[in-house]
Amino acid sequence: MSDEGAAVVAAVQAVAERLEAERTHLTDLDSAIGDADHGGNMARGWKAAAEEVAALDDPDPATVVKTAGKKLLSEVGGASGPLYGGSLVFASPELEDGITAETAVAFAETYLEKVQDRGDARVGDKTMVDALVPAVHTFKKSVETDDLPPVEALAKAVAAAERGVDFTVPIRASKGRASYLGWRSVGHQDPGATSTLYILEELLAAAEEQLDVAETPPVDATSPTIPDGEEAAED
Amino acid sequence: MVGLVVVSHSRKAAEGIAEVAAEMGGDTRIEPVGGDGQGGFGTVPDDIEDALAAADDGDGVVVLVDLGSAVMNADVAIELSDVEAVIADAPVLEGAVNAAVAATSPKATVESVREQAEAARDVDKL
Repeated sequence: MSDEGAAVVAAVQAVAERLEAERTHLTDLDSAIGDADHGGNMARGWKAAAEEVAALDDPDPATVVKTAGKKLLSEVGGASGPLYGGSLVFASPELEDGITAETAVAFAETYLEKVQDRGDARVGDKTMVDALVPAVHTFKKSVETDDLPPVEALAKAVAAAERGVDFTVPIRASKGRASYLGWRSVGHQDPGATSTLYILEELLAAAEEQLDVAETPPVDATSPTIPDGEEAAED
Repeated sequence: MVGLVVVSHSRKAAEGIAEVAAEMGGDTRIEPVGGDGQGGFGTVPDDIEDALAAADDGDGVVVLVDLGSAVMNADVAIELSDVEAVIADAPVLEGAVNAAVAATSPKATVESVREQAEAARDVDKL
């Protein structure tokens, strides 16, 4: 098996284990403002995806990601299937030439674009987009502008996603099922943003392991988190 | 001729809507699809993709959808499929009936059928 393919299989496995461990927590978050199925759906879907990719014969990274996404599409119910699974499927071609800082940025950007197109959500709607936009923008800036090594860039992206998750607590939902609650959604952390953070944390751990980084470098907390004007105004 | 796919969270609802539309639709191919594949409510992109292929005879397909994730899953299925297909932004039953009638026109195209389906948004009932 190619090293990169094997690393992505291991990352999918790590995400599956993490979401299983967080199943109850995600469901608790979702029962406050949704339909209490996010933990179960994500744990079940990623477990099936991990089994599916483990059975692949010497896959390249793009094939692993596409296979995992297809499995999520068929196994995860509700909007999470198309949002998490569909976005992986359609972003996977970006990794066809292997995983480099550049292809990882392209992958992240396509994934974000697919989530936003499909869900029609923007920053501030109290969705996974609140974690994803700052993470992807921070990753891109860290790689392209600040010239940071990939693992360090990913660590900054994870920190940005974490602040994005915190940002979902005080705001009112305007997309997804939580939006039916109106102001009553205020004060609750968004489950989709939270599971997105968990996935990113596991990708960081997998990248650290693969690239043999001794420890996560200290993160400069001044990275941009929630983008202003330009992105928020797009449509 | 242009085909139709009716997507609902409920397989039975999709079948019932397809039945009603078929009453008006003559030879129009109408494929119902729905359910999570395990007897529950939901929609599955693979199943929708199969329905697109079954409804298409080369002239394309207009897709009628119910709510929420049915829209997203239909969107994913269309992106995965080789069939030329569009989602009509229309009430699923009324839109399906309108579309089935529109598809019987010898000049029907995917766009003209979608337009007629979407005209169902303006149907007054009282």
